[in-house]
Amino acid sequence: MSGTLTIHQLQHKANVVREDIIKMLLAAGSGHAAGPLGMAEIVTTLYLDIMNIRPSQPNWKERDFFFLSNGHTIPVQYAAMAEAGYFPKEELLTLRQLGSRLQGHPERTKLPGLENTSGPLGSGLSQACGVAYTLQHIDRELQRHVYVITGDGELNEGNIWEAAMFAGKYKLSQLCLFIDRNNIQIDGNTEDVMPLESLAAKWQSFGWHVQEIDGHNVESIQDAASMARAITEKPSVIIAHTIPGKGVPYMEYDYKWHGGAPNSEQAKEALRKIRTLDGKITGEHE
Amino acid sequence: MSDYQLNPHYASDDVKQEANRVGFGRGLLAAGKANESIVALCADLTDSTQISVFRDEFPDRFVEVGIAEQNLVTVASGMARAGKIPFTASYAAFSPGRNWEQIRTTICLNDQPVKIVGAHAGISVGPDGATHQMLEDIAIMRVLPNMIVVAPGDSIEAEKATRAIAVNGKPSYIRLAREKTPIFSTENSPFEIGKAYILRQGTDVSLLGTGTMTYQLLLIARMLEEEGISAEVVHVPTIKPLDEHTILESVRKTGRVVTAEEAQVAGGFGSAIAELLSEKMPTPVKRMGMYDRFGESGSPSELAVHFKMTASTMIDDVRAFIEKVPQYKPGY
Repeated sequence: MSGTLTIHQLQHKANVVREDIIKMLLAAGSGHAAGPLGMAEIVTTLYLDIMNIRPSQPNWKERDFFFLSNGHTIPVQYAAMAEAGYFPKEELLTLRQLGSRLQGHPERTKLPGLENTSGPLGSGLSQACGVAYTLQHIDRELQRHVYVITGDGELNEGNIWEAAMFAGKYKLSQLCLFIDRNNIQIDGNTEDVMPLESLAAKWQSFGWHVQEIDGHNVESIQDAASMARAITEKPSVIIAHTIPGKGVPYMEYDYKWHGGAPNSEQAKEALRKIRTLDGKITGEHE
Repeated sequence: MSDYQLNPHYASDDVKQEANRVGFGRGLLAAGKANESIVALCADLTDSTQISVFRDEFPDRFVEVGIAEQNLVTVASGMARAGKIPFTASYAAFSPGRNWEQIRTTICLNDQPVKIVGAHAGISVGPDGATHQMLEDIAIMRVLPNMIVVAPGDSIEAEKATRAIAVNGKPSYIRLAREKTPIFSTENSPFEIGKAYILRQGTDVSLLGTGTMTYQLLLIARMLEEEGISAEVVHVPTIKPLDEHTILESVRKTGRVVTAEEAQVAGGFGSAIAELLSEKMPTPVKRMGMYDRFGESGSPSELAVHFKMTASTMIDDVRAFIEKVPQYKPGY
């Protein structure tokens, strides 16, 4: 858990998660690439450093909660969970297959460790609010935190703003939202499809504490989460700026890779790029 | 008569009447006293849904979400994840009307024991008009896997149904009416989720009712008796899962079925019965209810007459069905 891995090691783990995502998508033949690759540092840091969890006890009574609201990016969560020890890494290659615990969009009842079922956008934040409200206002379990990730295109959904108002009203300070601000959605860039800016101003006006970070910088992720935990009178949102498809140059910044799995040639190239950090490391095996 | 313990005064003009949402309010309060995990959420309609009764007793276990029905059920789903048993209340037109997908994904598929209370269902909503007269809720809820659907017949039954739903551990929907309706059951009448009850035995036709429409069938049966027709009245408060055994036993006996609901017949209670019978005991079925149109503004009593949802406006169609369609009894 917290403090056992260095920032450098966490960054390395995030790249291992990236490789696993590519391998999973190749084996599955379908799925979403850009979001998961962009979210690798955030999700890895949450599972291997920030969150108070016990992978061998998914229902541990004192655990922190993690909700993935943009459920299509589930490959990154599965990969991080496997890395953390929730299940063996070999199982990652069963993604989307008949009978697999790793459904194409996450189903809570299929895999211990999942807190919700998602896919249709906009409901994860509300569910996180329900847990945070219960912990803070009913059961008074003030040490536990509720982390939730949404996409940025997902913020088009009205349900999101209902939850934003709710969290603001009830001052859900144990709630910490990461927005994967990668600027893409299916039909194009977010600011062309349905503009979100000024995003920070919106959340502030709903009564949230707002931070903006480089979503690929492990230390920034840690610091932002730490600040969020120290904010006790408001819910926290961390607008994490990320590069969609990060780590695979031919995918980066391109909304067309939002949904779609690489073929074997593309996957081979992608893995090579990730492992060599785009050619910065030479002498690596393929 | 069976051991249902019907209210002996059910047919009198001054039969006791109470809105079944009042029974729900009492039932939720009792459930809340029995189990501190019960919590309640509402979307700005606490008095008219009667969830105010629970709120007043347990303000710390009540959550106001404002006019946000999607958030209503998804926050409830999260509270269930945190170990609570949430009841959510709004008008049926908005919940499940507006938030059906969130119910499907975060409650049914996600398997969380959230209870959806759909108040002001049916045309008896009255002057508010068609937008608020939810008629499609039975159809859209019974088609969801992992959802229980209950339409209590009166206020006493609504209280029992609420208490039963509170402990069943499953996603559940309970449909309530705005108006006062006659009380035909008693405190000693049985209620169990998934059970149908023979209120009156007969041999010529099975009259199957759900929710408050069962009462009209009781009156129709009395009228038919005077014409020499022996009608069996079956009350089916649980639409899903259907009590197939009790229903089939009745139909085997009479070979002719009329269903009644304050809802669209398309996909509703009558359709559920027709599906069951087509597969297991093909029998002619006359579905009575709303025929593929919306309601409109009017007083509840005017609307009930206008849309033929009273015994005196339904009897002609029931009699015509009986006269035209012979009993089908091939010896099932």
